[in-house]
Order: sequence, then C-alpha cells, then structure tokens
Amino acid sequence: MDDAKQLEAFEAKIASGAKIEPKDWMPEAYRKQLIRMMSQHAHSEIVGMLPEGNWITRAPNLRRKAILLAKVQDEAGHGLYLYSATETLGIDRSELLAQLHTGKAKYSSIFNYPTLTWADIGAIGWLVDGAAIMNQTALARGSYGPYCRAMVRICKEESFHNRQGYEIMMHLAQGTPEQKALAQDALNRWWWPSIMMLGPSDDQSPNSDQLMRWKVKMESNDAIRQRFIDRTVPQADFIGLTIPDKDMKLDEKTGSYTHGPINWDEFFEVIKGNGPCNANRLKARVDADKKGAWVREAATAYAAKRSKEKLVA
Amino acid sequence: MTDSQWPVWEVFVQANPGISHKHVGNVHAADAEMAIQNARDVYTRRSEGISIWVVPANNISASSPEDQGAFFEPSNDKPYRHPTFYKIPEGVKYL
Amino acid sequence: MTLQEAKFEYLLRLGDSSLIIGHRLSEWCGHGPILEEDIALINIALDFVGNATSLLTYAGQVESKGRDEDALAFMRGEREYRNLLITEQPNGDYANTIARQFLFDTYMFFLYEELKNSKDETIAAIAVKTHKEITYHLRHTSEWMLRLGDGTAESHERLQNGLNDLWMFTSEMFEMDEVDAFLIKEGIVPDLNKIKANWEKRVFEVLAEATLQIPTTTFKQKGSKEGKHSEHLGFLLAEMQYVHRAYPRAKW
Repeated sequence: MDDAKQLEAFEAKIASGAKIEPKDWMPEAYRKQLIRMMSQHAHSEIVGMLPEGNWITRAPNLRRKAILLAKVQDEAGHGLYLYSATETLGIDRSELLAQLHTGKAKYSSIFNYPTLTWADIGAIGWLVDGAAIMNQTALARGSYGPYCRAMVRICKEESFHNRQGYEIMMHLAQGTPEQKALAQDALNRWWWPSIMMLGPSDDQSPNSDQLMRWKVKMESNDAIRQRFIDRTVPQADFIGLTIPDKDMKLDEKTGSYTHGPINWDEFFEVIKGNGPCNANRLKARVDADKKGAWVREAATAYAAKRSKEKLVA
Repeated sequence: MTDSQWPVWEVFVQANPGISHKHVGNVHAADAEMAIQNARDVYTRRSEGISIWVVPANNISASSPEDQGAFFEPSNDKPYRHPTFYKIPEGVKYL
Repeated sequence: MTLQEAKFEYLLRLGDSSLIIGHRLSEWCGHGPILEEDIALINIALDFVGNATSLLTYAGQVESKGRDEDALAFMRGEREYRNLLITEQPNGDYANTIARQFLFDTYMFFLYEELKNSKDETIAAIAVKTHKEITYHLRHTSEWMLRLGDGTAESHERLQNGLNDLWMFTSEMFEMDEVDAFLIKEGIVPDLNKIKANWEKRVFEVLAEATLQIPTTTFKQKGSKEGKHSEHLGFLLAEMQYVHRAYPRAKW
C-alpha cells in the first residue's frame, strides 16, 4: 500500500473510534507528536514528585505523611506507565530521560513553582491534580491505545489525589485563623499557574486541526480550562476561600464563569526555563540520575555474572 | 558502558484465584527477581493481585497487523463452533 | 517499674525506630537511582510509617495520659526519643542506605517473628502484620546487598564502606535493660540474645554471598534507651516536627 492509501485507512480507523496500536502503520508526524506529548507528560509526573516530596518529611501529622507518601508514589507510578507507553513508539526510556536532562524535552510549567507552605500540598492536589484530571479524562478517549490505557489507569488513581488535596484545604479553611490564611495564600499563588498549565489559548496554539482529527488532542485548551474553572469556583466558595481574580463572575445565561486576563508572558517565560524553580528541578533530576548511574551499572553487572553462572551450571 | 535503564519485562497479574494472569504493563529491571519485586510495587499497590509473572519483553513474539486477515478472519464463517448456532426445542434441559 | 511503664517504654522503642528509619527512607523520594527503585523505597517508607503509627497509637493508649500517636511523634524532643541509633543515620549514598536497611531489616525480621507470640494481643497483632511487610523489605534489601556487593568494583567498595561505617551501631540493637527483663518475664517480648544469634547467622551468610567482609570495628555506640542520640536526630526532628509545633492548636 502506498502512503496516501495507508493514511486514508489510518484516518478512517481513527474516525471509526478504533484505537491505533504500536505495530499499526502510522504517519511519522503522529508518532513524533505522540512521543513529544507523552514524554512531556511522563516527565511532568517525575518532576512533579519534587515539589510535593519536599513536604513528606514535614507533614503535620502521621496520617497526612502516609497519604502524601502514597500520593507521590502514585506519581512515580504514573511516570512509569507513561514512559512505558511512550516506549511502544520505538524510543527507549534512557533516550527520553536524556532529552529531559539536556533540557530538550519540556514538562508541565506548573512544577516550576515552589511549595512554600504545607497548604501548597492541599492546593496542588485540589487545583493542579484537578486541572490535570480534566485534561487526562479527555486524553483517555484519544486514538493511541497504549496512551489511552495509561490514562485510564492514571485517572482512576488520580481522583484520590484530587480529593485528598481538597480535604487538606477544607481542614485548613475551617481551622484556626492562621490555617485559613495559609489556605488562602496557597490558593492565591496556585490559582493562575493552575489555569495556565492547561496550555495557551486556542488562538496561540498552532496545528490543532490535524491533532484533533487524529485524536491526539481531544479538546481545545480553552474548553478544558473553562470546565476546570466552572467546577472549581463553587468548590472554593463551599469552603469559604476566594479565587484571586477580581474579574471573575458567573454568566447567568451560560452557567460559566468569565475570568480576568491570563498573564501569558509569565507562562511563556516559565516554559522557556525562567520560572522560579526550573533550574532546581532539573538539577535535582540530573543529580539523581548521575548518582544512580553506578547503582544501575552494578545491577547490570551482577545480572550478567549470574546469567553466566547459570549457563556454566 | 552506555547508561542503561535496564531491560523491559512485561508483567502479568492474576487478580484472583482461578482466573488467568492478565497483561497489565511493564517494568524495567536488571534481573528476574527485581522484575517481580518492581511489578509488585508498581502494579499491585491497591491489592490488584495475588500472583505475578514477568517475561523479558524481547522474548515475546507477536503476530503483526498485516496477519490480521489471514489469521483471524477464517474463523468468522464457522459459526457452528459456537453453542448459539444450535437450536434446541424449548423444554429440553441441561444442554 | 510497673507493667504499664515497661510496655510504654518498649512501644516507644519499636515505634520510634520505625518512624525514624521511615523518615530517612522518605528522603529518597524523587532522588532514587531509577524510577522503579524510587517506587520501591517509598513503599517501604510507607510501611514503616504505618507500623510506627500503630505502635505509637498503642503506646498512647497504654500510657493513658491522653497522648495520641501524633502527640508522641511530634511533641517529644531529642532526649525523649527511643529509636535505635542506626535508624537515624543519614542516607549517604545508595550503598550506605542499603547497608543500613539490611542490618536493621534483618534485626526487625527476627524480632517481629518472636513478637508474633507476644502475650500482649495488640503487640502480637501488630507483629503479624509487620512481619509480612518486613519479610518483603528484607528480601528487597538482601537482593540489593548481593547486587552491590558482587556487582562492580565501585559498588563493592561503596557497600563495604557503608557497612564498616554502620557496624558500630549494630550491637546496640541487642542491648537489654530492666524494661526488657520485666517484659521477657511476662512473656510479652523476646530475649534479644536469641535474636542476636539469628541476626548474626543471616547477616554473615548474606555478606559472604555478596563477597563482603565482616567489619572488624570493635568500638560500639549505644545510648538510645536513655535518649542519648547522635547529633543527626535533632536536625531530623526539627524538620519533622516544625509544622506541627508551629501551629499548636491546629487540626490537620
């Protein structure tokens, strides 16, 4: 079959709702785009362990400590599922990690913000995971089988993250005045980065048409953002916290909230590497990788010795 | 020595006694024992399993998408392999 | 000494050791040598924190002064902590961590095996659950002892160094005082001499298989039973307890 016919069959398959599997024919642009998106997603999970990992040793009680450990562990697991799904596209994990470590690959802008207080752990679970779930439930309906399966698994686990974050915020908001101030402060700092992390506005987001047709992207950034805002604002009201956007108001006709202007300059600066923690986050990953090199090498050497012994025996 | 993330092992988990092991994903590991432990930590964190198999991914052979027609379509015209093909009068039991 | 006092003291020893070593392990989170190992280490840390929570909860009940597990974990100072010195030692490199975990896991494995037979039902029940967890931990760390000990020249050297550095903290695990004597008589806890024999046998076997030398360190450190710790514990507690202490009336 020539490429044009292959492409036609490929697109028809996607239009019919069938999934594309690793060995199926796919256009190079599709493969490349998926590798870019999926690895970015995997890197985000791994880098995302850092801002929260920060607070494991300082969690305010044993229950919160255990929950946070379990949550950060899930994130490592999610990174693993996503790297694994990406590997099905014919690129291996060491190469993907090299792309992260050299700065060639990106990860979510949100993890370049610092976690300054315990309340930030609540804000991350509630807002950041909440926004991520919006995006991921959409992606679970995409066209690439391994990515969808990873998304389904991740979404299932992620809903605990979202809830525990909201629960932290609720306890703080209903706690002492100092605690409530911590919660409001965390919301003030995380709100805008959270709605930015869903990506640039549709008018600034190139080549979306083809990606939508190929079901690599399922919904526009703005549509996902709007749904996130509409769900989150009442949650903030419920626990008596204020969204830091003086222009935000409910449009009675649509039932949606309109929001003030987003500072896209900040977003693009963070993406470029100029956020408050970009350098630290990347350094932590690079250091872990370097410090782990002799460990990985030792395990490989040991396995080789053992399999040789087996052959001799 | 080039840096390695270790070989890939495919993971199969049995969720309950009496049912088959099902493919759930994979892990990287330097050896089989490590692969089993990693699979346990990654895929059974929420009590999803009672038994684990791991197989080096490069030991798995798979049919290819082009084989689909030749492999699987010939069975489509053999409905007599399914019990629903046969009409049994009402009232006959245990068949 | 009353039975109540002896039990409370012993529960703190067990609970604090689990809490502190769990804390140390959790410091690896996000910094492990490979993703899979990050996940494994967090799993183990989580088991330790869970185990500490059960033990400190019970310690609070035994004490009957209204202190719950969080009051015990977050409101006691350095001199009141009863964890073994080995558990508070810093992570060092990965070999150092594995050596520490292996020495302590082996101890815990044999100790909790005996505690399953405790005449105190709560301790016995906690021990049954914990022994399953520790069996897995020990398997994990023993495998790593072999991989690093018999892996490359570098990993061998690092692990041998780690073992040598930690060896002076091992004999403290088997020290007994009047609390032990009291509880042994009651059939609540085992004689640590028995644990020591099992521990040595297993440790020496694994070291031999891992091509490692038994350290020759003769000087030994002790003091945790009187709350005399290494300098490391103060920093660890300062970090662990600060949020809890900074907001005294807060619920989380």
